[in-house]
Amino acid sequence: MIHSLFLINSSGDIFLEKHWKSVVSRSVCDYFFEAQERATEAENVPPVISTPHHYLLSVYRHKIFFVAVIQTEVPPLFVIEFLHRVVDTFQDYFGVCSEPVIKDNVVVVYEVLEEMLDNGFPLATESNILKELIKPPTILRTVVNTITGSTNVGDQLPTGQLSVVPWRRTGVKYTNNEAYFDVIEEIDAIIDKSGSTITAEIQGVIDACVKLTGMPDLTLSFMNPRLLDDVSFHPCVRFKRWESERILSFIPPDGNFRLLSYHVSAQNLVAIPVYVKHNISFRDSSSLGRFEITVGPKQTMGKTIEGVTLSSQMPRGVLNMSLTPSQGTHTFDPVTKMLSWDVGKINPQKLPSLKGTMSLQAGASKPDENPTINLQFKIQQLAISGLKVNRLDMYGEKYKPFKGIKYMTKAGKFQVRT
Amino acid sequence: MTDSKYFTTTKKGEIFELKAELNSDKKEKKKEAVKKVIASMTVGKDVSALFPDVVNCMQTDNLELKKLVYLYLMNYAKSQPDMAIMAVNTFVKDCEDPNPLIRALAVRTMGCIRVDKITEYLCEPLRKCLKDEDPYVRKTAAVCVAKLHDINAQLVEDQGFLDTLKDLISDSNPMVVANAVAALSEIAESHPSSNLLDLNPQSINKLLTALNECTEWGQIFILDCLANYTPKDDREAQSICERVTPRLSHANSAVVLSAVKVLMKFMEMLSKDLDYYGTLLKKLAPPLVTLLSAEPELQYVALRNINLIVQKRPEILKHEMKVFFVKYNDPIYVKLEKLDIMIRLASQANIAQVLAELKEYATEVDVDFVRKAVRAIGRCAIKVEQSAERCVSTLLDLIQTKVNYVVQEAIVVIKDIFRKYPNKYESVIATLCENLDSLDEPEARAAMIWIVGEYAERIDNADELLESFLEGFHDESTQVQLQLLTAIVKLFLKKPTETQELVQQVLSLATQDSDNPDLRDRGYIYWRLLSTDPVAAKEVVLAEKPLISEETDLIEPTLLDELICYIGTLASVYHKPPSAFVEGGRGVVHKSLPPRTASSESTESPETAPAGAPPGEQLDVIPTQGDLLGDLLNLDLGPPVSGPPLATSSVQMGAVDLLGSGLDSLMGDEPEGIGTPNFVSPPAAAAVPANLGAPMGSGLSDLFDLTSGVGTLSGSYVAPKAVWLPAMKAKGLEISGTFTRQVGSISMDLQLTNKALQVMTDFAIQFNRNSFGLAPAAPLQVHAPLSPNQTVEISLPLNTVGSVMKMEPLNNLQVAVKNNIDVFYFSTLYPLHILFVEDGKMDRQMFLATWKDIPNENEAQFQIRDCPLNAEAVSSRLQSSNIFTVAKRNVEGQDMLYQSLKLTNGIWVLAELRIQPGNPSFMLSLKCRAPEVSQHVYQAYETILKN
Repeated sequence: MIHSLFLINSSGDIFLEKHWKSVVSRSVCDYFFEAQERATEAENVPPVISTPHHYLLSVYRHKIFFVAVIQTEVPPLFVIEFLHRVVDTFQDYFGVCSEPVIKDNVVVVYEVLEEMLDNGFPLATESNILKELIKPPTILRTVVNTITGSTNVGDQLPTGQLSVVPWRRTGVKYTNNEAYFDVIEEIDAIIDKSGSTITAEIQGVIDACVKLTGMPDLTLSFMNPRLLDDVSFHPCVRFKRWESERILSFIPPDGNFRLLSYHVSAQNLVAIPVYVKHNISFRDSSSLGRFEITVGPKQTMGKTIEGVTLSSQMPRGVLNMSLTPSQGTHTFDPVTKMLSWDVGKINPQKLPSLKGTMSLQAGASKPDENPTINLQFKIQQLAISGLKVNRLDMYGEKYKPFKGIKYMTKAGKFQVRT
Repeated sequence: MTDSKYFTTTKKGEIFELKAELNSDKKEKKKEAVKKVIASMTVGKDVSALFPDVVNCMQTDNLELKKLVYLYLMNYAKSQPDMAIMAVNTFVKDCEDPNPLIRALAVRTMGCIRVDKITEYLCEPLRKCLKDEDPYVRKTAAVCVAKLHDINAQLVEDQGFLDTLKDLISDSNPMVVANAVAALSEIAESHPSSNLLDLNPQSINKLLTALNECTEWGQIFILDCLANYTPKDDREAQSICERVTPRLSHANSAVVLSAVKVLMKFMEMLSKDLDYYGTLLKKLAPPLVTLLSAEPELQYVALRNINLIVQKRPEILKHEMKVFFVKYNDPIYVKLEKLDIMIRLASQANIAQVLAELKEYATEVDVDFVRKAVRAIGRCAIKVEQSAERCVSTLLDLIQTKVNYVVQEAIVVIKDIFRKYPNKYESVIATLCENLDSLDEPEARAAMIWIVGEYAERIDNADELLESFLEGFHDESTQVQLQLLTAIVKLFLKKPTETQELVQQVLSLATQDSDNPDLRDRGYIYWRLLSTDPVAAKEVVLAEKPLISEETDLIEPTLLDELICYIGTLASVYHKPPSAFVEGGRGVVHKSLPPRTASSESTESPETAPAGAPPGEQLDVIPTQGDLLGDLLNLDLGPPVSGPPLATSSVQMGAVDLLGSGLDSLMGDEPEGIGTPNFVSPPAAAAVPANLGAPMGSGLSDLFDLTSGVGTLSGSYVAPKAVWLPAMKAKGLEISGTFTRQVGSISMDLQLTNKALQVMTDFAIQFNRNSFGLAPAAPLQVHAPLSPNQTVEISLPLNTVGSVMKMEPLNNLQVAVKNNIDVFYFSTLYPLHILFVEDGKMDRQMFLATWKDIPNENEAQFQIRDCPLNAEAVSSRLQSSNIFTVAKRNVEGQDMLYQSLKLTNGIWVLAELRIQPGNPSFMLSLKCRAPEVSQHVYQAYETILKN
């Protein structure tokens, strides 16, 4: 199981170590540093590294490497999932997960890590249970603690820990009972030069914020549940009911949680809400290239596209660019060759465009590689797959909750080749 | 007010100050001091000197302080064992605390203190905690057993903790069950022989129940444990699969992958005809695809596993090619894995898309990735024959870009394409030669030299090209040197007149000036060969090379099967069995996929051995090319066959002359002690690796796959044609066919397809002697020449008057087909019922007498399973294939059919078929004077009844 954990920042300093079995010398990280040196960028450090006596499994998030050390055959996905869970927990506790924040809260971090694993076996990873065991630091609590001498370590066994619904504590009380659900879909797509879709898929999630008194039992039904043929549920969802009736039935955890994530595969037709017209040309003789991009709405079901940004890694041969946008702002970094254009809203009557010239290295041949454009956008009030919630009912409690459902479509990895 | 204040130091010395604070009377000050100590510990500072002072703070009712002290203890107890004893009393007391949280905390911490003296005191509290009323304490205690076992295994066994732990598998609380399983698994790993987890249907049932209720991590432990179980039959396997499938929808990817492992393993036991099998295959695809939308690290592990799954069961993801397309900002390790899987999934249906993608990748910035993309194009050409032409033209386009590393990679793969499709794409050689000067990597240089040597006769200035490489011979890498040596020898054998000087030069460079033993040995072998028998040298060096196939980069089937059992583990990431890398080989048990159970096996035709069965089992079906040749060469095939070149052509005569004068003198100069002059020429095999050796066996395994279709032929309908001779083995001629019997005449329906680039004419066919004297009744009539990509269907009438020789197996038929290009051999199995004659109905009395007459030891019994027909339908169906029902009786509710049939050579077979209404399994008893046919008659029954 998981032996030790090292936290390493991007400059290669180990700033935290935690051991769940015997102490493993931090020199084991030298193998990691070697791999880090070989990889050109931090993202490219391989997640599984073998050393003569240990295996190092790492994830890279928030510019920190979380490196787990294992000694025996352990499912690597288990370790990596766990590491991501650690990061999520830190983020949940401290709002952000960064080196200074972790250093500022080192004792809480240490206590939390100790609660999460025992002898390398996961012990408590549900955030609401952890928060009962170790209370997250708040300014108010720090003040109260110093005055009353009480601690931020709970001395009661968390109620949910061993019940049939380990994700929910008992005795929850709210004056305003509310349940909000956000249906968020991300489109991952690759669009080729001519504008046709090479591959497009939708990663959807339903995130919930449920603040309901007592032990409510919720059911959520969809207008078109057929869309959901590839789903992953929060453990609270009753799978049998879903199999037979296509209805989500569950006792929700308290607070924020991800109810469901789903995937609408490339085989279904995915509507592409934007198009990009581009004309990027280099000429052999001249040291100037032409650059022109226009974005416009395609299949948006009448909704506005907002928060549009484009970015593109230009070829190394491009020295500088002189461009004029019809709206928004743009920047070009001559060192990293990164062009980005913050467009904002798309007005279908007046399509945003970015035109101008690129200056190339004099005398050099025209670049071989074609830049790929990365697109970000948001569409409110729309789930691009067409998924719609039919109704939400509550059983088991008497009061009438306030319910709300929001839809949103975003670009995930949305790439346009030129 | 943050914890960073704990890191500040003062002038006086940190330790000193902390010591004072730890001994302070104020609780608050103590706690702050302990926090400072912990903070120093986390960054790796040594604060062990404070041990007694920290332990003194342990006796407290402040839980946070207690926990902090425990944290400290765990880290430093080992370095201060004597001091650690001080803490024991508090631990023992805490184990009795009314608060379960404190009981659990105490037992948990005690287990982490790896000091022998302490473990002795641990036993009693642990025993109590294992039976604690609170499940939280029990589940913590379960893990503690594993900790203790790690410190002192003997103690754990002596104290009987293992049995208590086993009992916990039946605990009412699923969390306790999960932790017990996890603890037992960890202990079992260090003691592979201990058989701690002896799983039986009852315990499996308990695990499956706990699986639904425990946490995600517990589910992983339980699923991994389930994967080690071997169900007793396919029904049990199916029921476990049904209960595991809901886990595929779990949000935790490790749960999903562990579930996939269980399903992949148990699926092996399910019959492919089952509806459930198909459903399961469909259910596996979506969760695997979903794994690819997770974080890159998870994607990487998932992709390594998908790589195995795709090789084992390509059907699962065959429609999901697009999800493996590479996004340009994927991390490089994800990109490379995706690329590999794309090639594995490439097929004729999607090859256009794949190639378009690969071409796109070849223009990316990342050099490693571009190289791999170019290689991938070559692998596609080798894998999907139809795409070869397009791949070659894509590669040529890429060579035109003149990007140095792209050109080099392209040349390396084009060499492989030449090896796969000889005599098809050599027109591109000219283009390759243009780029000769830009090659600076050994692999590319070696590939180019190989091409020049191999096609020396088509390259006018081959000698000049090779000579240019020879100039810097000693600066080249060994790979290039070896290749250059071979290429020049080939060139010499092809154009002996102009290149004598060159070959002498390279031989002396290799043998005299080099200190690389490989190179020297190869040099001497060539030298001796050339000087002893140039004709033999030519046969050896220019021997036809085996074609390479894509199997070369597949994982070997037995290893693959083992790795499937390790899905989701490190072994699956490294694609190596754990024995290859787990430290010291400790705790390694070889796992293997369960065999299909007997019931499902009989429903398959005997030729379709379960996937992954060692090919050795089938070897006897296919005669080696050698024996076949021996027999067939005696047959008259019309025009003479152009066999291996004999020493008659003028070129070779020239070679002999030259060697007589030229090389003999060289041999005289040879230093002594290197070998005797009458050096025996090495076997041909030694020369093959010299030509960039490819595995020789791969070709045969293709043939094995093909036989699978043959077994399912039936009499009443024309079975789909199976490929008997793939184009790859017959210089572009593909033959598929089947056997039919219609109104008394047997025929062989053939389909000939020309997949080469030249016209084929002059077809002829011959059978080798076989068990029933099958022979063509007329010559093979192909009226017009067969042009490229044309297909012709021919029905060849057969008779049974040919010469007879008993074959093994009995229904094996060896065939030779000739055309203007060459003679090709293949063998096939014919279904026996084509030999059942129309007058096979025996008189009742005669039947009775014969049945009695045949000795009982000749009786063979078979079971025909899963046949839904009733007696009438069976009888009429069999009759259409000349199995006649002589009499029918009804005994105790069972229908007894007495049947007879006669083979073309006059052998009678008598049968008794027992059919119970409502039971789909029939009993078949066969009696025959020649009992060896019974097995094949039974197979005929099977195929007739099931189609």
